[in-house]
Amino acid sequence: MASRLDNTIARIEQTRLWRSIFRSGTGNSTLHRAMAIQQNIFLHILPTKVRRRMLDLSATWYLGTLTLGTFVLLVVTGILLMLYYHPSVPQAYTDVTDLRFVVSSGLFLRNLHRWSAHAMVLLAFAHLFRVFYRGAYRPPREFNWVIGVVLLLITLLLSYTGYLLPWDQLAFWAITVGSNISSAVPLMGDKVRFLLLGGHQVNANALLRFYVLHTVILPLSAVFFIAIHFWRIRKDGGLYVRQSDPLRKSAAQGEAAEESVAAGAGKEEA
Amino acid sequence: MSTPKDFTTGVGSDVRTSQRRVLFITRRTSAMVKRTDEEQVQTYPAALVRAALAFELLTIGLVLMSLFFNAPLEGIADPTNTPNPAKAPWYFLGLQEMLHYFPPVVAGVMIPAVLVAGLIVIPYFNVNIEADGMFVKDRARRLRIFYLAAPLLSVFLLYFDVYVALVPTLLVAGFMLLAAHSGPGSASSLRRYLASRAVSWWIMTWFLVELIVLTVVGTFFRGPGWSWVWPWRS
Repeated sequence: MASRLDNTIARIEQTRLWRSIFRSGTGNSTLHRAMAIQQNIFLHILPTKVRRRMLDLSATWYLGTLTLGTFVLLVVTGILLMLYYHPSVPQAYTDVTDLRFVVSSGLFLRNLHRWSAHAMVLLAFAHLFRVFYRGAYRPPREFNWVIGVVLLLITLLLSYTGYLLPWDQLAFWAITVGSNISSAVPLMGDKVRFLLLGGHQVNANALLRFYVLHTVILPLSAVFFIAIHFWRIRKDGGLYVRQSDPLRKSAAQGEAAEESVAAGAGKEEA
Repeated sequence: MSTPKDFTTGVGSDVRTSQRRVLFITRRTSAMVKRTDEEQVQTYPAALVRAALAFELLTIGLVLMSLFFNAPLEGIADPTNTPNPAKAPWYFLGLQEMLHYFPPVVAGVMIPAVLVAGLIVIPYFNVNIEADGMFVKDRARRLRIFYLAAPLLSVFLLYFDVYVALVPTLLVAGFMLLAAHSGPGSASSLRRYLASRAVSWWIMTWFLVELIVLTVVGTFFRGPGWSWVWPWRS
């Protein structure tokens, strides 16, 4: 059964259609595996090879990967929620109650979006502190740290703008408290607040602005900076490795040892 | 030129196909390739499979949570009815706590601006590159700064009645004091560990402890009029 499946897959991979889509061809050689990364528009921002010890749970706790995971979950559930939601007053609130009581799995969808959002904020903070305590922000990775800080701010803004959308008491007063702070900005505080809310108080204009920020501007910014963040990992020589991180010894150690000039160790060719 | 040159020069053998490369090899050294025994694996499949597994476990966890716990939803927004207390989302409760003590321009603008700027300059700020213990180099001067800065900050927080931020500050300052009077020769491993921490480590740890304490207090211990409440008594 398994071999028949393998044969079928192998035959599909030989077809002209498949070959026209995937440039790297088929095969299990190291070259093909490298090409699977390098020849793919989405994966080519990753390095083709990684240090084995950086795959250990203890090295990263996978916090960056998991933060990206919550973002993917949020995009998927967010798009589905958009099918049922109108950013207008008072329709927004009735749409959210409909999600709860009328729409099939609407309650589950909203729960998953909400909890993933909290998880993303938590994981982004955890990722920040983990990277700091490992010292992984040090040169040449300093600019990637800055991009990480930008991504943390985008994450907070994404969560904050989403907070208003249900248009319930919790949303309204949380945003009122938050937007009052922006009027404390010296000299142009009231103008900043007016720009943010589209008015002098949290109203239908504010809801529309927060909706556009939450569903278009901020997610696109996040994707933009996430791409740079991952690409810089490759450009800066892979994940930061501490000298004290234990080396994994394996049987093939002798042969697998990599030759590299000390200064360029782990650096990928562009 | 009486002093002999400390290097020999040569022209690369691939001069016809590439730009001319001049090598400078100083005495007692030679051009060598350094072998490392760092084992590397292919990103596909080794790293991608692990990433996919991490994503699946994350999804399972969040799906289970979504099945058992409902997202909060209160009554429709009513500008005429202010709930008491009106709380920001949990990750801003630390700032809201500060807003309770300081004017908005300090708590809402200056503190966040300093935090973000502080985070951004961390890697450009050279102190931690060598990861030396805070009180190892230049000990006398750093001790003076510490003995000045820690009491000043504490008195400042005390003056504005910010006990919530004062307690973590005193806690961290206490450990710093312990670190100042420990060294690589200390008996306990905790003291050896603390003594080897750099100044940026202490600042970041103080920030982390404040962040956790303020967020927990804002979430669970604040009631009407931002008064102190015990969560188990309500």
